[in-house]
Amino acid sequence: MPTIRIQTDDFDAGAEVARLRAGNPRVGAVASFVGVCRDVNDGDAVATMTLEHYPGMTEKALAKIVDEAMARWKVMDVTVVHRVGEMKPTDQIVIVVVAGAHRGEAFAACEFIMDYLKTRAPFWKKEATVDGARWVDARVTDDDAAARWTTPGKNAA
Amino acid sequence: MVRILYFAKLREDLGKSAEELELPGDVATVAALRSHLMARGGAWAAALAQGKALRVAVNHDMADATTPIKPGDEVAFFPPVTGG
Repeated sequence: MPTIRIQTDDFDAGAEVARLRAGNPRVGAVASFVGVCRDVNDGDAVATMTLEHYPGMTEKALAKIVDEAMARWKVMDVTVVHRVGEMKPTDQIVIVVVAGAHRGEAFAACEFIMDYLKTRAPFWKKEATVDGARWVDARVTDDDAAARWTTPGKNAA
Repeated sequence: MVRILYFAKLREDLGKSAEELELPGDVATVAALRSHLMARGGAWAAALAQGKALRVAVNHDMADATTPIKPGDEVAFFPPVTGG
């Protein structure tokens, strides 16, 4: 049963990995990705970042992405935790954990979930820089990444 | 009535995060609703102009210009997403 959480609080990445495989001897591979807030974007220093989302749709969009991943690859369980609110450089933003029998499926499903999250889940980042606050623009490279999984992305373009 | 939500930069540009709107009889798609809102002029015409990168969801599902809308729906307009 996948776990999807949206929260303002930080998460314990190690605990999320441990929890997903706890007591399940069929798990042979756990792949995880942690997205982190950087101190620079597009050449400018970033002091803080604020993440906004669309309550109600966010959970549904993430569930749909996870369902699709679990239908495409033989993986046993998935956790997605995404933070919202204000964050500062070095803070964790998102974690995706996938447990499966073998690494190939776990890696692929984890990357697929991140690529789709970046282009389909309703989150928006606003950065505070020395020149003031600015909304982060969507990247065409994220659409390209999502398009690798055969469904064309059309978020930024 | 439909409930309309605006997020991120669009919310700031319009100075509004949500509203309830009585749908005019000829507004039955996302594209028609967008045009209807643009007709308010000013910030509405500018922020919702064709060619602006804009995404729409109807009842929490990603939608496009041709997606039908009906009374009771929740329609959200927002910029391309940037999470992760």
